[in-house]
Amino acid sequence: MSLKKLMWRFRYAEWSSLLFIAPAISLFSIFVVYPIFQTIWLSFWKWDRISPGVWVGLDNYKKVLSNPEIYSAFSHSLVFVLFYSLIPIAVGLLITLLLLRVKIRGESFFRAILFLPQIISTVVVAISWRWIYAADGPINALLAKFGAEKITTAWLGNFDTSLIAVGIIGTWINYGLAMILFLSGAQRISQDLLDADRIDGANMRQEFRYILIPSIKGEISIVLIITLTFALRNFDIVWNATQGGPGNSTNVPSLFIYKSAFVNRYVGEAAATSFLLAIVILTVTGLLLLARRESHD
Amino acid sequence: MINIKEKTIAYFVLILGAVIAIYPLFSIVNLSLTSKSNNSKVQNEFLGFYLGNYVEAWQRGAFNHAMLSSLLVSSCVVLLTLFCAILAGYAFALMQVPFAKTILVLLLFGLVMPYEGVVISLYEMMSSLHLLNTYWALILPQVALSMPFAVLWLRTFFSTVPKSIIESASLDGANRIQSLRFILIPLAKSAIGTLATLLFLFTWNEFLLALVLIPSNTSIQTVPLSLSFFAGNRRNSEPPVTAAAAVLVALPVLIAYLFLQRRLIRGIISGAVKE
Repeated sequence: MSLKKLMWRFRYAEWSSLLFIAPAISLFSIFVVYPIFQTIWLSFWKWDRISPGVWVGLDNYKKVLSNPEIYSAFSHSLVFVLFYSLIPIAVGLLITLLLLRVKIRGESFFRAILFLPQIISTVVVAISWRWIYAADGPINALLAKFGAEKITTAWLGNFDTSLIAVGIIGTWINYGLAMILFLSGAQRISQDLLDADRIDGANMRQEFRYILIPSIKGEISIVLIITLTFALRNFDIVWNATQGGPGNSTNVPSLFIYKSAFVNRYVGEAAATSFLLAIVILTVTGLLLLARRESHD
Repeated sequence: MINIKEKTIAYFVLILGAVIAIYPLFSIVNLSLTSKSNNSKVQNEFLGFYLGNYVEAWQRGAFNHAMLSSLLVSSCVVLLTLFCAILAGYAFALMQVPFAKTILVLLLFGLVMPYEGVVISLYEMMSSLHLLNTYWALILPQVALSMPFAVLWLRTFFSTVPKSIIESASLDGANRIQSLRFILIPLAKSAIGTLATLLFLFTWNEFLLALVLIPSNTSIQTVPLSLSFFAGNRRNSEPPVTAAAAVLVALPVLIAYLFLQRRLIRGIISGAVKE
């Protein structure tokens, strides 16, 4: 910024506006900005809340990055990205494509039901899925009915199925959101365009690529941002469905952070991990926001 | 240009989607109404439904406390956040705030930053202020963490208000506060309503902050937290009772949703497109 521009800004800035933003910004600074720096500061100390802390520099980061548990936690996060974000978006797109020409009757009714998973407390969600997946729950009852007793299992308690089972909960939470936003975006596409297109002999794939995707780009990126951050954070569902188990089979970074900070009291290590997690999430969302801005221009 | 086949497929898919969305809820309601043993069935029956699990869950879980806590915390968070965010949103939309860009970028950071990044320090802060296990430990951070979303939401709304309306108000001698109070807030009523509903929902459902900041005071624990402890407690581990507790806890939100869903979803759709 040139000096002149800076001076101009300075002169025409309305300093009284600071009074308007003061309450919001001071709360934000005290309870969000300051804690971020505090977390970074803590990540350089070895501290258990009882004995005095010891400055260890980057040791916590080295320790965390050489801990195989962290890599498995982050790799579970990647699986959750697939189930919480990519599959719901794919499902939403597919259904929107199918419904492109149909004038839906009772749309607000369907919307209300599809949005339901978003408003229910994650604890309630986890409890209901714990039942659905239980050894004597509905899924196994259904399987038994069709003579497939062999594959019945406690889906959340089995090392081979727990990760996918938790992932499917995320798919269930998010597909409705994707559908609602995509369908409402697709309503901007004019029927004339679609009709002309079909006369020209476009098939569904071409419609998907050249009509649907470009017209709901904005909605796609919003859903991507919301669901990706949800997938990467993902504490509530895992904590209430499996607590990371069996073993570490559904452990995720946020659970690792909680356990090391508040159960094992490796405060410094937990702080280092949460800083790393924040960096990952900020990078991912930053890239998405950037891509979104590019495509807007 | 639509044939019957296409229409049938479309509705089939939509109905399937809706059924899947509602099934988990249906299944715990169903579970919560089954009795463990047949001899207790006689006492707690209502229209042929067994309600004993609800009685047991309500008595053992003390959810009336939790609901009052959640109501108190969520209301405080909504009111405080709205007050601060309306002022700030107005300033960012219609005044020349010094360093506006920098501050907005900072807020955007706060919007996408995971709670995990601050929760450890918030615990230390609250414990050194002796606020752990009090309502304040939950309310203040929750207000601050909701602020980016609320401010950006309202700024977007306020900046769509035609400048001519605001200018004519200032010609009539209205000062900033008056034009905010008598012109912009009434115009923004539905945007503020949607925002308030969303903030209320976020706060009502927030789990991690509650788990960390009010870990050991059962009398002020919020609904999700006390439900989580209830469900994790081995003594309460009969699935029908846990299911009844989950249904009880979901009920107020579901009832409110019944009335607010239309406006809420419409608001979210238009908000999502604008952002």
